[in-house]
Amino acid sequence: MQDTQDMKRIVIEPVTRVEGHGKVTILLDEENRVKQARLHIVEFRGFERFIQGRPYWEAPVLVQRLCGICPVSHHLAAAKAMDQIVGVDELTPTAEKMRRLMHYGQMFQSHSLHFFHLASPDLLFGFDADVAIRNVIGVAAKHQDLAVQGVMMRKFGQEIIKATAGKKIHGTGAIPGGVNKNLSIEERDSFLKDIDQMIEWSRGALAIARNYTIENLEAIAPFGSFDSNHLSLVREDGAMDLYHGNLRAIDANGGKIFDQVDYNNYLDYIGEDVRDWSYMKFPFIKSIGPENGWYRVGPLARVNACDFIDTPEAEAARQEFMAVTNGKPNNLTMAYHWARMIETLHSIEKIRDLLHDSDLQGTDLVLKGDRRPEGVGLLEAPRGTLFHHYRVDENDQVVMANLIVSTTSNNEPMNRAVTKVAMDHISGKAEITEGLLNRIEVAIRAYDPCLSCATHALGRMPLVVRLVDHEGNEVAKKST
Amino acid sequence: MEQPKRILLIGYGNPGRLDDGLGPAIAVAAEQWQVDGLTVDSDYQLTVEDADDVAKHDIVIFADASVNGREPYGVEVVQPKQALSFSSHSVEPSVLLHMAHALFHAQTRGYILGIRGYEFNEFGEGLSARATENLEKATAFLRLALDNPSLLDVPQQMN
Repeated sequence: MQDTQDMKRIVIEPVTRVEGHGKVTILLDEENRVKQARLHIVEFRGFERFIQGRPYWEAPVLVQRLCGICPVSHHLAAAKAMDQIVGVDELTPTAEKMRRLMHYGQMFQSHSLHFFHLASPDLLFGFDADVAIRNVIGVAAKHQDLAVQGVMMRKFGQEIIKATAGKKIHGTGAIPGGVNKNLSIEERDSFLKDIDQMIEWSRGALAIARNYTIENLEAIAPFGSFDSNHLSLVREDGAMDLYHGNLRAIDANGGKIFDQVDYNNYLDYIGEDVRDWSYMKFPFIKSIGPENGWYRVGPLARVNACDFIDTPEAEAARQEFMAVTNGKPNNLTMAYHWARMIETLHSIEKIRDLLHDSDLQGTDLVLKGDRRPEGVGLLEAPRGTLFHHYRVDENDQVVMANLIVSTTSNNEPMNRAVTKVAMDHISGKAEITEGLLNRIEVAIRAYDPCLSCATHALGRMPLVVRLVDHEGNEVAKKST
Repeated sequence: MEQPKRILLIGYGNPGRLDDGLGPAIAVAAEQWQVDGLTVDSDYQLTVEDADDVAKHDIVIFADASVNGREPYGVEVVQPKQALSFSSHSVEPSVLLHMAHALFHAQTRGYILGIRGYEFNEFGEGLSARATENLEKATAFLRLALDNPSLLDVPQQMN
């Protein structure tokens, strides 16, 4: 780290136990002008080695250990790759729908957790609110109904996962070529009992995010915002599809960079840049190059990239979202929250529709084809496009694994957001307050990064913010 | 006859990170026991929805691997605490207990059973030999404590 005599450093870094971690370093000069701002994420690369030599059918279970936040995403992405290994290109209707139900349950619970318990304190109380109330307990005290809704929505999604994956740790629901269980009538009815409530609460959450964005548009429009490319899977007809589709990349104005790309060919389109100051790679679109080819993934990218959403309420919300930018992609960092709640409503609409589909009670669960040596599985995880790629030898052992997780794709955008906020809100300030430093976290939090995925370890994102002067003295500290 | 306490055991940690699997391992052991009023759960980490389950029990025991705690294990009373952090997807036991009290008006008592582990920083399955010994002792203690929860309040005699 360059640390010259005439500069100060602000470091935002975590206190972790065994997890990987990230930190933000903001380099100031003597007049407190921001010279440089960077998000560093320490990445362990042990997992690819760990899985080598293991039988391919274990992969969908083993990969869940990558992350305690979104094990289902890794489970399903690996299972999709292993479908190809066992020569299955199309699952049975029951298998396909059970996996989708699992995935929408994951999306629903993850987005609910993020909105109600991580993001809502910023939105409800403001960036400068007392840190003692700007947290989930503050939400509970002032908006108890919202805090309870967050818990119960999260729990509903987790129960969906439990019913489809089998259990919380080492779920085994998805297996190469299909699934190992269907949904019983009893399980279905237990979810149907609560579905209307979940939809109602999702509408309410969407309204909060939508109203916050509209009412504060002038203030949040420049906040950590910048034009970018966007990448996601879309269905063949251009619809949003969180479980399966082809790759589409658009530029900041909505122009298509590529479209309907078979994700088996992702290496022809996506590269990974390495920079000497970061452990985490920087993915980019090859045809544009690393300098300008970086892209956003996640809810904002997905809502921007798709042509429509195939559930009515979420589609109506998407149209309203796109109208704010006259149909062009929305490039506001804070618009992630609104987009995330559109997806939450979409997910619960999908869950409702699936629960009424009798294919979930089918018994044709697994298919088998001719063994292949290589498989690629992609899906849209809560935080964005997730890539799993494996090669398997003739002894059925995994010999190569390559993963690109969503947070890695958002590495450059998060760095840009940090830089933008630091320049706009911290540069030149005589005193760095907690509220100013919180703005850095607000910008990162919009992306809902999962450092546990990115670091291939169980994860949290606790941060310690330190302001260090040019002599190395700590002049301010923020612990969150 | 006194009703048995409703006890929730949550063993959490990542079995794919060596000794971090101590929490889930003791949950596996407890699932084999037939103890009235005992509910066993296991997960990679604690999250907010656990507050609802915590609120439905008289006692919650958070079983976790300990990086630098007492050997072979230690028991701590959990004091409900407001979260000053909201950057994390996971939740500390103290915050979870506070949420159970504040959101669901429960009076659940909480304890942490920290089982000392030694190897955390690599991917891999299985516990180290020393952690396995600690697990056996912690498991024996837990079995006694489930029948006599007051033992949880006198951890110093148990170690």
